[in-house]
Amino acid sequence: MAEEKAVATQGAAGSRFSKAAKVYFKENMGIIAALLVMCIFLAVNPLTSSSFLTQKNVFNVLRQISTNLYLACGMTMVIILGGIDLSVGSVIAMSGCVAAGCVSRYNLPLAVALLCGVLVGLVVGMFNGYVISSTTIPPFIVTLATMNIAKGLAYVYTGGSPVRVVTKEWQFVGAGYIGPVPTPVVILAVVLFVTALIMNKTKLGRHLYAVGGNAQAAEFSGISVAKVKFLVHTYSGIMAGLAGIVLASRMYSGQPTAGDGAEMDAIAAVVVGGTSMAGGSGKIGGTIIGGLIIGVLNNGLNLMNVNSFWQYVVKGCVILLAVYVDYIRNKKSKL
Amino acid sequence: MKGIHKRFPGVLALNDVSLTVKAGEVHALLGENGAGKSTLIKVLGGIYIAEEGEIFIEGKKVTIDSVKAAHENGVAIIHQELVLVPYMTVAENIFLGREPMKGRLVDSRKMTEDAQALLDANGMNISADTLVGSLTIAQQQMVEIVKAISFDSKILVMDEPTSSISDKEVDSLFETMRSLTAKGVGIIYISHKMSELEQICDRVTVMRDGEYVATRVVKETNKDELIALMVGRELTNYYTRDFLKPGEVVLKCEHISDGKMAKDASFEVRKGEIVGFAGLVGAGRSEVMKCIFGLTKNYKGEIEIDGSKVQIHNPIEAMKYGIALVPEDRKQEGIYKIQSIKYNSTIEVLGEFIKGIFVNADKEEEITQKYIDMLSTKTPSQDQLIGNLSGGNQQKVIIGRWLATNPKILILDEPTRGVDVGAKSEIYAIMNDLVKQGMAIIMISSELPEIINMSDRTYVMSEGVVTGCLSRDEVSQEAIMQLAAN
Repeated sequence: MAEEKAVATQGAAGSRFSKAAKVYFKENMGIIAALLVMCIFLAVNPLTSSSFLTQKNVFNVLRQISTNLYLACGMTMVIILGGIDLSVGSVIAMSGCVAAGCVSRYNLPLAVALLCGVLVGLVVGMFNGYVISSTTIPPFIVTLATMNIAKGLAYVYTGGSPVRVVTKEWQFVGAGYIGPVPTPVVILAVVLFVTALIMNKTKLGRHLYAVGGNAQAAEFSGISVAKVKFLVHTYSGIMAGLAGIVLASRMYSGQPTAGDGAEMDAIAAVVVGGTSMAGGSGKIGGTIIGGLIIGVLNNGLNLMNVNSFWQYVVKGCVILLAVYVDYIRNKKSKL
Repeated sequence: MKGIHKRFPGVLALNDVSLTVKAGEVHALLGENGAGKSTLIKVLGGIYIAEEGEIFIEGKKVTIDSVKAAHENGVAIIHQELVLVPYMTVAENIFLGREPMKGRLVDSRKMTEDAQALLDANGMNISADTLVGSLTIAQQQMVEIVKAISFDSKILVMDEPTSSISDKEVDSLFETMRSLTAKGVGIIYISHKMSELEQICDRVTVMRDGEYVATRVVKETNKDELIALMVGRELTNYYTRDFLKPGEVVLKCEHISDGKMAKDASFEVRKGEIVGFAGLVGAGRSEVMKCIFGLTKNYKGEIEIDGSKVQIHNPIEAMKYGIALVPEDRKQEGIYKIQSIKYNSTIEVLGEFIKGIFVNADKEEEITQKYIDMLSTKTPSQDQLIGNLSGGNQQKVIIGRWLATNPKILILDEPTRGVDVGAKSEIYAIMNDLVKQGMAIIMISSELPEIINMSDRTYVMSEGVVTGCLSRDEVSQEAIMQLAAN
């Protein structure tokens, strides 16, 4: 859980920090407890105890959840706005294919290729943001459309088959290590740090909650609602582009099928993390726990050799349970 | 209702409250926000269940443990916020959940006819197949009343029904209420407006801090006694106002129009004066202010600030010229309900303590505290969610939010709507302090006593046009209504 610490340490020093930490634990008590229960169960269960707490497995889990959490960072902000971004899964496919194509088809340098991949996300995000902020078409519909367009373009570009890249350097982003830590995990730490910074420390962050909580009041406050929406969707696009190149690197290829359903995993992490689909509230700290719960769950089910078909069922039940517990707690605290 | 107790975690919201309503009377329920009026009503309506206490209707003890049970016992509540579905017709709304059926399908024709009959019987000039969303707020309220009557209610509860309708509409509401009481319906009437009590209510029960205080016959009591009962102390000066000689003109507007509601508004405001804006709901007063605050694109007319012509395209520019606007509809346009007092207080002045990614949290708290102290906002802490405060304290936070921008011209749109008497009086005192310090205040209000007692001058608007300006000597309810109905 290196990234949790990374997020925490950027807080102010002294009593304010400990106060923030207290609030954090209080707000997320339910899901932190759920995560701990799952970890303890896997650590003592004879089927998994030998493998679960090894360094290799921990890094493995973190690497697996990292791409989901990149998406979830953007998605948290989008959902706080009261919107949704369904296009991120398709952006993964498109950005991965474009990045791989840059290397294998046009022999561009690796850095340029990766940049192109992220740019794909940026462009789709800007497009989403532009349409959503300048019209009243619901974000659900806009991103449903761009989801199809991006997916289609990925297929058109690749003709339906993976774009292979077999160079050692290509693997670095997705499957390499910096010191003992897998590269995607290092990237994750940076992404979480930046996202937490934007959400908690900048004017944009405050405006985000204002627009999501009461867009009409935000207009009266002189907040540019359109600008906030545009920037947030752009950020979500960039995160999806980033996830695309990391996945393509790990799979040695850009694949048009990559990222299928990834938007749903990201939404699940955000919602399990306590962000309300109604907008206006939510914290990146909760999303981290949400992502970890889904990651540890997947890992545990794999370690226990649970049939992959059943894994979907279990995952669905856990999401429902987590959100239900949260619902009960909120209901109690309201009365 | 007898000996009602209701506990919430940490608070005893109702402590041994009793209330008796006779058939055919209008019984006012008075109390400051947080006095427990709404809680008591919710117990009666089956939304909350009381831990202790009994409810008797027509002498029989009844158990009301759900909204449905309340309906079955003849209790209907018209909530402060209207709960009609805007995209459905009047008839569909009236019969929502109990549509007349023909076999397994809804019999829409019968539904429309029945609804129309109800509307006609109550003297309402509305067609049953109009969409509710296209009605005015007052008309929607009438629909709510018809809906309530259609349950054969014996007890009708109205929670601040006049807070968002004009005086003319209030009259027709009162007429409807009188015809109901003539039929033997008992009405519980919650309102902050004292003047309405004399007009419509027979008896009044006062609550304070979740407890029953007293019941009086309206004709045998007076405003001062009731206010004293409500706040638990004598309010000596309800309106605080020292009329000083105003300074030079800070804002001058000529022929402001937004092409819709605001048609032709010309007026000027001087330093150190409170300028009232009176008129019926829909007269275009708020719309004129929206133009001045940059919320309306492509307004027509001229705005002069400190003698020089300006164009205002958005609220940011308006703030640069020293204008602040406390909006009319606190819930929709003002508060960020699920955020803290601190967040709500500082949202306009983030630049003062956020530089890039560096947040000066001490400064943030300092700003928040300054306005909590200045306006004596009652809150346990700066981190309290604004949604948990009473209306009066919410309003103080919003006023503080705009004072933080250091305005020269403060526009207050219905500053005391949904605010209890104690806080109202405090807000008047604050306004008085602000103009003494040289601020210019524009106050839109539909409460005539407030306009008359607080304003140096009063502009009256009717159908988008400023129809006149009344000095302190000329202003009176009659003079205002004459111009408002122009």
